[in-house]
Parts: sequence; structure tokens; C-alpha cells
Amino acid sequence: MGSQSFSDALGVDYGALAPLLIVLGGACVSVLLEAVLPRVRRRSVQLVFSLAVVVVALAAVIIRATSGAGDVVVLAGSLSVDAPGLFLWGTLLALAVPSVLMLADRSVEPGGVFVADPEALAEAQERVGAGSLRSTSSGLPSGTGTDTHGVVGRRGGAGPEPTTPPEMHTEIFPFVLFALGGMLAFSAANDLLTMFVALEVLSLPLYLLCGLARRRRLLSQEAAVKYFLLGAFASAFFLYGVALLYGYAGSVRLADIAASAAGPLRSDALLFAGLALLVVGLMFKASVGPFHTWTPDVYQGAPTPVTAFMAACTKVAAFGAILRVFTVAFGTTALEWRGVLWAVAIASMVIGTVLGITQTDLKRMVAYSSVAHAGFILIGCLAITPAGLSGTLFYLLAYGFTTIAILGLVSLVRSGDGEAGHLSGYAGLAQRSPVVAAALSFCLLALAGVPLTSGFTAKFAVFSAGLADGMAPLVIVGLVCSAIAAFFYLRVIVLMYFSDPAPDGPTVSLPGPMTTVAITLGVAVTLLLGVLPTAALEWAGAGTFLG
Amino acid sequence: MQGSAGLTAYVPLIVMFVLAGGFALFSVTAAPYIGPRRYNRAKLDTYECGIEPSPQPVVGGGRVPVAYYLTAMLFILFDIEMVFLYPFVINIDALGLFGLVEIVLFIGTVAFAYAYVWRRGGLDWT
Amino acid sequence: MSSELLSQLPPVAPASGAGSAAWILVALPALGAAVLFLGGRRTDRWGHLLGTATVLLSFVYGVVLFFSALALPGEERVRDLPLYEWFASGSLSVEFGLRLDPLSLTFVLLITGVGSLIHIYSVGYMAHDENRRKFFAMLNLFVASMLVLVLGNGFLTLYLGWEGVGLASYLLIGFYVQRPLAASAAKKAFLMNRVGDVGLALAIFILFAQLGTTQYTEVFARIGELSPGAVTAVALLLLLGACGKSGQFPLQAWLPDAMEGPTPVSALIHAATMVTAGVYLVARSHPIYDLTPTGQLVVTIVGAVTLLIGAIVGCAYDDIKKVLAYSTVSQIGYMMLAVGLGPIGYAAGLAHLLTHGFFKAGLFLGAGSVMHGMADETDMRRFGGLWRHMPITFATFTLGYLALIGFPFLSGFYSKDLIIEAALGGSPVRGWLLGGAALLAAGLTSFYMTRLMLMTFFGPERWRSLTPRSAPWDPSLESEAAPQHPEPGHGSPEHYHPHESPPSMTVPMIVLAIGSVGAGAFLVIGERLGGWLEPSIGPVREVEEAVIPTGLVPGIASVLMLLGAGIAYLTVGRRPVPVERPQRVSLPVRAARADLYANTINEKAIARPGIWLSRALVYVDNRGVDGAVNGTAALLGGASGRARRTQTGFVRSYALTMLGGSLVLVAALLAVALP
Repeated sequence: MGSQSFSDALGVDYGALAPLLIVLGGACVSVLLEAVLPRVRRRSVQLVFSLAVVVVALAAVIIRATSGAGDVVVLAGSLSVDAPGLFLWGTLLALAVPSVLMLADRSVEPGGVFVADPEALAEAQERVGAGSLRSTSSGLPSGTGTDTHGVVGRRGGAGPEPTTPPEMHTEIFPFVLFALGGMLAFSAANDLLTMFVALEVLSLPLYLLCGLARRRRLLSQEAAVKYFLLGAFASAFFLYGVALLYGYAGSVRLADIAASAAGPLRSDALLFAGLALLVVGLMFKASVGPFHTWTPDVYQGAPTPVTAFMAACTKVAAFGAILRVFTVAFGTTALEWRGVLWAVAIASMVIGTVLGITQTDLKRMVAYSSVAHAGFILIGCLAITPAGLSGTLFYLLAYGFTTIAILGLVSLVRSGDGEAGHLSGYAGLAQRSPVVAAALSFCLLALAGVPLTSGFTAKFAVFSAGLADGMAPLVIVGLVCSAIAAFFYLRVIVLMYFSDPAPDGPTVSLPGPMTTVAITLGVAVTLLLGVLPTAALEWAGAGTFLG
Repeated sequence: MQGSAGLTAYVPLIVMFVLAGGFALFSVTAAPYIGPRRYNRAKLDTYECGIEPSPQPVVGGGRVPVAYYLTAMLFILFDIEMVFLYPFVINIDALGLFGLVEIVLFIGTVAFAYAYVWRRGGLDWT
Repeated sequence: MSSELLSQLPPVAPASGAGSAAWILVALPALGAAVLFLGGRRTDRWGHLLGTATVLLSFVYGVVLFFSALALPGEERVRDLPLYEWFASGSLSVEFGLRLDPLSLTFVLLITGVGSLIHIYSVGYMAHDENRRKFFAMLNLFVASMLVLVLGNGFLTLYLGWEGVGLASYLLIGFYVQRPLAASAAKKAFLMNRVGDVGLALAIFILFAQLGTTQYTEVFARIGELSPGAVTAVALLLLLGACGKSGQFPLQAWLPDAMEGPTPVSALIHAATMVTAGVYLVARSHPIYDLTPTGQLVVTIVGAVTLLIGAIVGCAYDDIKKVLAYSTVSQIGYMMLAVGLGPIGYAAGLAHLLTHGFFKAGLFLGAGSVMHGMADETDMRRFGGLWRHMPITFATFTLGYLALIGFPFLSGFYSKDLIIEAALGGSPVRGWLLGGAALLAAGLTSFYMTRLMLMTFFGPERWRSLTPRSAPWDPSLESEAAPQHPEPGHGSPEHYHPHESPPSMTVPMIVLAIGSVGAGAFLVIGERLGGWLEPSIGPVREVEEAVIPTGLVPGIASVLMLLGAGIAYLTVGRRPVPVERPQRVSLPVRAARADLYANTINEKAIARPGIWLSRALVYVDNRGVDGAVNGTAALLGGASGRARRTQTGFVRSYALTMLGGSLVLVAALLAVALP
């Protein structure tokens, strides 16, 4: 066989696949770089390389989207590169740029937010080893919370404190690229088995990333274990659902399931039980209530840049998959199952809103807000119409950037032992740093859905699609919930602007260029999508899923 | 494949499950009654597949060397990856050039991981 | 019916000339707010001057626009100024633009005019407050948002302003953040407003889903395409929004509490402008209401109930600002009643809105001036005989008072009579009920305002024997030790030293007093206002078949007014006023003091279930289903386990919650799918 013929036989359209291949290939090369580069050069090379991979992949998506090439199904029908899929890919890659920048930042947390590289740690200890007398004599009082550079909770705990903190692990870069590759495949998967493999590819690196925080090690590790256990649990649900659906349709391809459901021979029990279990697995990843239980703990425990990456990108990928499954595989039976998922959407909105009010930690508040937002997004997913599709896609883009900006800003407000997560730390922030307070207020207003921010446009698009598709009760609940939720966003703003700062309150770090770029990007997109959303809305509504 | 007609195909499988389960149950219950009983110290000790049973002496903090698990896990990972080579070898004629390219890619990916583990000291026992 | 009404809609012309730069109106205060917010302490020294200047310039430009519109023939006065396409994609198309018509220009003049006066007043009032810059930043933000609200050419633009004024109002009510009462009042205002906002948002969504647009021009031209039920739904939801913003029944309870904010805020936002947004909304949406008699009827009922509630409760309060606040609730009830009556009432309601803007802002500024001189005291029982010590305040306040109670030939006399006349029309039952309520409330208004005047400015000088408390008076705190939160800059001396306020405060009061005297006659005689507004709200219709001949109405109203004042004089003016509030009072007084139990009802019906819901959810979420089943004892067992546990839940509980959710989901889907 010639090379021409076997690529034809498989129907490999490399142009369509390019973004995915670039990211996954880049991830492999990144592992190799990790092996061959000397330690001192690893971080800079890995950072530049990862950014280059993401940007090139993004360029490939844009070229593909503007080339006018039609929607195709590639790799023997396992991946579908269609207009919504390309929008999801573009969103994921665009969100990955600020995420990678924040992950690599060393200015906010000296040495980086991740746990120190063992080699670097050994070197640092060797350097200080000669002066161990000095460090033991000053070790006790410095452990009382005044140190800002200490590796708090490092295993063993008794190591001397190095003058410059050791460099962080650089394996996080291949982790992020692998996770990103999994997300790309997840949102484009055209059969359930590919979807499952992609789910695992995106999940495993995230579990690891969650557990690698430099500070508050126990919290971080607990979060990672919880996420892993519950993630495995959810994966099992997903897989069981796939098995039942295979039993029903005799195929794992989404379009075949729809075709079987349209046929005269139907075993509803298999179909709907399969759908329910599948949905549980997907909702878990998207942190839709009541499958959200991991969200607050993991958001709080994971290093903040990882939280940002998860909150933005995982949500996009998971809802991309949900949209595809609902539209392609279950669009024909929507009228029968949709009512039940109304209840899920309502539960998610209510849980996220009501529990968000009671939170006192900003990261946990963002977590519950993400649960509420998942409910809003689900409204768009349940409206299986072009308007619902484009509204949901737009919502994901808008929400991702706002969340990244918020978490980037949260990472700047620090007290002695790391981030000042507690709300009381934000009292009077406007006096300490007017710019950070203004940016954070703007992003919180966007989450609340105030006009002229992306949050308003997104909610408007999703709710009007829901209403047009006859889901008035859901829209009413959504409106009531966003009305209540605005209260806890505004509470933070009031705290920042009208309270006096505590004398021993947190300080605001001056972010380095990378975090600054990431936050600026997030805020700018939030504003842009609120004021001039037309282009993004048009792209989001450019086409429909290809089965 | 649908409905109860499809399920009859599974009957031999279910019979197989029952037989296997029954055998296991039978062996475990029957052994204490029909087997000889001669105990010694080594037999009563905890079995931990080759490493010293815990708790260990105070030296080393009573911990098990993590390198053991690491090596074992790496072995399992690469071992399973190699399993994929068998179907390829059996069908090498049918798969042709395509199969060759694919398997080279596959081995290359595994080699990346191998290089990483090697270079970063994953195979050093100490 | 509908085609006849729709044909009355005036043509909409593109704006040109001075109107083509109307965005400057909004941009100026918005710029001021941005500079003051972002500039930080650097702007402390001149921030208040910038804030005042931007609003003054807006006012000047508004006047220019007003006269340029007057120069146009009537049918060309409705103009649209599209600014840019906000979003457009497929089915979505929303334009961002301004509508310049008599209605919006009237509001522009009111907002920027009264706004300028209150900015000037605040320069003096807030002179000693270290947060003065923030205060002016928020006032500017408010003016900009309010202008967007009234100038927008579509419901979505209106919603933008609506959210903006809500935000500014929330922030300003909670301005004295160190006072717990201010914080809880801000929260209450916010939550009740959000109830209304949900209604407005839903109305907009329905319009958008049915018509595919939210622009006034298209919505009003095509509103007839909707089914009658949908029109009524839209009308009622818009009314819900209006009730939230305007403090109308059943969402009236937040407005009196909002008096915790600085007094200029009470004057500008919670008396003259923002709280009239609901009236604006109904008047602006008149093509919708004209199609639904049910919707109109509900508006009139809401208005009538509110005007009575406000007037009754106003009689029972001793806090000068709260009395004025309930008076505001009641007067907005009048306006709501008027605009609910349809074409016979629109002009009357809007006329009352304008005159009320003058005299109520003046009254609030007067109250602020009294507080300024009396160490921030608001309890009228501790006042008395103040007319000798603050003559300008007394004079302006009296003019405002006379205007409010409808003293002949002052502002309120003309505008309120118009409303009463309109309310007496229609079927006999309706006329008697609505008109009767309006007349009765007129008498009550006279009673509580006369009581306020007598207790504050006349009688013995009760404050001479008292030491200042420097805390705003509140009945709930009276039994306990009132916490001391001095308003920054206003010291708390040993004795009251009532004194006249500085010119920056008295000049705006004088200007507003002139308005209180003359505005009514100017606007109403010869139907000046009705004629000017005709392109926006249609021609004024004469009242037909009133239950009482319209000629008699001014006389009856005046008699009731005198009666109310006389009773007040007999019960309050001729007897000594005890400094402590009498506790042994009759049932109606007790009910009125408790806001006619509005708070109790809110608490029992809404707040409690909400708290229960959140408690239950927190419990289940923290403990998981497993915790709910096993109880907490098992969970808390083992101190070491508790110490190590840094987060709230066990992973097994989380897993069980998920499993529970999954089982319910599977069961529900199977139950739905298998009949």
C-alpha cells in the first residue's frame, strides 16, 4: 500500500486534525525535553515551548475555521471536526494561553506555585547546608507565620529555609499539554469510547496537578485524592452508561444511537438508563449539581492557577461533550428525557446559589458560583436549537475568561502563609490596591450578569434560547437564582470598597509580567464580549454538530 | 442484538461465570476440611511478596522503600504496552506498511516515556 | 381597538443637530465616576468639584436639547439616536441607542437639574466626611445610570440603566458601612429590588422571545401581534419591576429603611428620581398597557393600596426621614394610580412626578439641614421650636410642606387634583374606590405632614434638656444601649446647638422651594406639560362620567386638607409631646408603627423559608447524604481524625451524595420513559 492510499482508507484529514496532533505531539516532545534538558534551563524552555504549541494549535484552528473547509468526520468516525467543535477548540486553546502563563509564574509565589523540584530542593539545601547553624538558630521564630518564602508543610518539615526558594517541578507543562489534548479530543469525540479515553486523558494530569501545591500541602493532597476517587467513581458511571448504550444500539457512535432511537424497535430501559449514567459522568466533570460535591474542596485545595485552568477549560470541554451527546445522540428523543434534566439544572442553580451565599472563602465561593453557572449553561444545552447551541458556546467562552481573571486576581491577595482566601482578607482592598479591586469588581459584576459585561450577553443569549424553546420555568428559576447570586458577588465589592482594611490584613503582590498578561487578557475579553459581542456570537452560531 | 433475543447469546457466558465462581467457592471452603494442617512460624507470618513485612525496625522510620513500588509500577506499565506488540506481529502481513508505521509511532511514544524515566532517575534503586 | 391605538404612535425620526451628540449627557457623569473611582486619593481634593461640574454640564446640555426640541414641530420631536449595534447574530439583534423625545427630555431635566442642586448641597453636607470622594463618585455613577435608564431606546438599554441605579442605590444606602442598620437596609433594598428586577428581566425575555427585538420602536409597533394573555403577562411583569424600584406594594418595605443612607441620597435617589423609574417604565410602555385593561387595573390597584399604606404608616413614625419616606411611598402611589388609568392619567401622573421631585427633594434637603444642625438627630420628639434657629430651612421647608399637602395654588394642589379627578372617572364602583382612596390619603397626608411641622419647628424647645445621642434614632434599638456610630465629621457635643446651614446647602433648598411653589401652576395650567408630552404618551383625554363633578374636586380636596391639618393641630400641637415614645397605644397605631406588618409578613413568608432552605442545603452539602442519615455524632468521632480533616466533608459522603443523585436520575428517567 502506498502512503496515499492508506491515509485515504482511514479518511485522515490532517488539516482538520492538526490542532489535536500539535498539542498531543507537543506533549510528547515536552516529556522528552524534560528528560534531556539540564535542570536550570528546563523551566524557560518548557514555558516557551508550551506556549508555542498552544499558539500554533490556536493558529491551526483559526486557519481551519476561516479556510471554509467543510465539517468532516475523521479517524474512522471517531472524531468530528465541525463548526461548533472548532469553536470549542478555539475557546480551549485561547483559555490555555492565560492558564499556562499563570501556571509558570514565579513572581507571585517565589519559585512558583508548585511543589519544589527534588533536584532543586537538594541543591538548595546543599547551598544552605554549610550555614545550617544560622538556620537552626533562626528556625523557630521564623516558623511563626512571618516568613513569606518558607515551604510550608514540606514533607519532613524540618528542612532549613533556603534563601532563594527552589525551582518548582517543570513536569506541570507536559501535564497541562496532555490535559489540553484530552480536552480537545473530548469535545470533538464522535463516539462514546473515544470520549471515554479522552475523558481519562484529560482527568489524570488534572488529578496530579491538584496535588502539587507548594503551600498548604495537606489541603492540596486531600483535594487531589478526593478529586481522583470521585473522578474514578464518575468514570465508572460513564463507562457503564456506554455499555448500556452499546447494548441498545450495537454501536458506540453518537449518530448510530440516534438512528436506533428513531427506529421502531426500542428498548427504552437500556436507552434511558444508559443516558442517565452517561450524563452522571459528564455532569461530574462539568460540576453540575448534585454531582458537584468535589468542586469546592478541589477549587480551594488546588494551586490557584490549576483551579483557573480547571474551572475554565474543563468546563468548556465537558459542556462541549454534553452538547454533542445531547444534540447528536439524543436529539431525536429530547422530548422524553428533557423534563428530568430540567430538575438537574434547577438543582444545580439552586444549590450553587444558596450555598454560595454561605461561603466565607473566595475560592469556595467561586466554586459554588461555577455550580450555579453550570446550571445556567445547562439551560442552553437543553434547548436543542441553533440558538441554544450558539448561546452555550458563547457562554463557555465568556465564563472561562472571567473565571481565569478572577482566580488570577485572587492569587495576588496574600497573607503570611499564602493566599488570603478568607473574605475578611478582602476588606478595604480598594485602599491597598485600587487597580486589583477595580478589576476584581468588574469580573464579579460579570459573573453577576450586569449589562455591558460578557456575563450579561451570555446569560441573555442562553436564557432567550431557553425561553424560545419553551423552557419558561427554567428561565424563571435561572433569573431568580442570578438575582440572588448577585448578592454574594456584590458583598465582596462592598467589602473591598467600604470596609477599612485590618492592620494585619493581607498584602497585594505586584504580579509579574505573565500573571499581569493573563489577568489583563481575562478582563479585556470580559469587557469586549460585553460591549462588542457580535463577532464571537456570529462565530458561535456558525454551524451545527456533524454526527 | 436487541431485546431478550439478544440476551440468549449471553447464556453460555453466564454459565461460565457460575462454574468459575462455584469452583472458587468450592476450593476455598473445602480446603480447610480436606487439607493437611501442619503450621510453622514462617507459614503464620504475613506474606508481603518479597519485601520485609511491616512494621520495620525503627531505622528508616518504619517506612517501606518507595522505589520498590515505583519499579513495579513501571514494569507493569511497560509490560502492558508491550502486549500490544503481539496482535501486531500476528497480523503483520495484513496490516502492511500502515501497521508498521503505527507500531513505530507507538514504540516511539513509549520510548519518550522510557527516556524520561531513565534520565530523571526513576530506575535508580537508591 | 389595537389598530386605532397603534396608529397614534408618532413617527420616529433620526436625531440630528444638537441631538446627535446626546450621548454626552451620559458620558459626562460616567467620566466623572470613572475618574473618581480609579483616581484614588489623588482626587480627594478636587473630586467633589469635578463630580458637581459634570452633572451641571449635563444639565446645561439637557437644557440646550430641550429648547432645540421645542423648536421642532410636534410630530418631529420623537427622535432616535442609534449609537451602535450592541450585539447581532442570527436571531439576536440588540441596538444600543438613545431616544430623545419629550418624555425622556423631561426626565433628563429633572435628573440633571435636581441632581445638580443635590451635588451642590452635598459639597457642604459631606464636607467633613473622609469618604466624600467615593460619595461623589457614586452619585455620578447614579446620575449616569439614571440617564441611561430614561434615554435608552430599547428595553435592554433601560435594563442597563436599571441595574446601574440599583447598584448605585445599594452602595449609597450602605454608605455608612460601619452602621449595622445601614448594612441591613442596603441588603433589604437590594433583595427587594432584585425581586422586581427578575420581573423586568422576564418581561424583556418574553418580548424578545415573541418579537425578536427589544427596541421601543419595533416592540410598540408590533405589540398587537402578541396574544392578549402574553400582553397582560408582560404588563404585569413590567409592573413587578416597577414595584421593586418604586417601593410600591407589596415591595414597599425597603424604601423607608433606605433612609439609612446620607440625606442627599435620600433626596436625590429615594425621593426625586430613581424611585420614579417605575412610573417612567409604565408611562414609557403605555402602548403595552393600553392593550390590556387587566394590566391597567392591577396598576391602579397597586397604586391605590400603596398610597393608602404610605399615608397611614406615615402618621405613626417619629423619625423625620421615615415620615418623609412613607410620604414618598404614598405620593408615588398617586403617580402609579394615575399612569394606571391610561390616557386620562398619564400627563397627570407625570406632572405630579415633576412637582413631587421639587418639593420632596426640598423637604429632604430641609430635613438634612435640620439634622446637620441637630447632631444628626432624626427623632422629631427631640426637636421643637426650631423655626427661630434655622429660619431659611424653616421657610423653605414650609413651602415644600404646603406644596405637598396641596395647599391651593401651590405645586401639589394642581398635580394632585388632576390625579384625583382622573381617579374618580370610570365606572361608579371603580371611581368611588380609587377616587375615595386618593381623597382619603390627601387628608391623611395633610395630617402627618402637619404633625411633622408642629413637632419639628413649633412648640417648646424640647432639645434644651437633652444631650445628643449622635445615633440615628431607631425604635428597635431604643430598649438596648444604642451603639454609638457618629456620622464622620459631625461631632457629638454635650448639648444641641441648632444653627442654620452654610449657603452651599441653603441655596439649593431655596431653588427647590421656588420650584415647589411655581412648578404646578406652570406645568398644569393650559396643559403645558400635556401638550409637550403628547408625542410620547399620546393626547390627554378628558375625564368622562366622574362620580363627583370635576369642578368640585379642588374644593373637596382642600376641605379634607384643612381637616387633616386641623386634627393634627388639635392632637399634636395643643398637647405636650412626650420625649419618650408612648408605648400604651391603640391597635391601629401599633399596626401602623409596625409598617402595617409588612416586615413581619416578608420575614415569615419569604425570609424564614429561605433560611431554612439554605440551612438544609448547607447541612446536606457538608455532610453528604451519609451525614444526613447517620447524624453528626459518628462524623465527629475521633479527635485526631477531626484535626487532620482540613476540609468539611468526607469523600465517602460526597460519593454517596453523587450515588444518590445518580439513582434518582436513573429512576426518574426510567419512570418518565416507561409509561
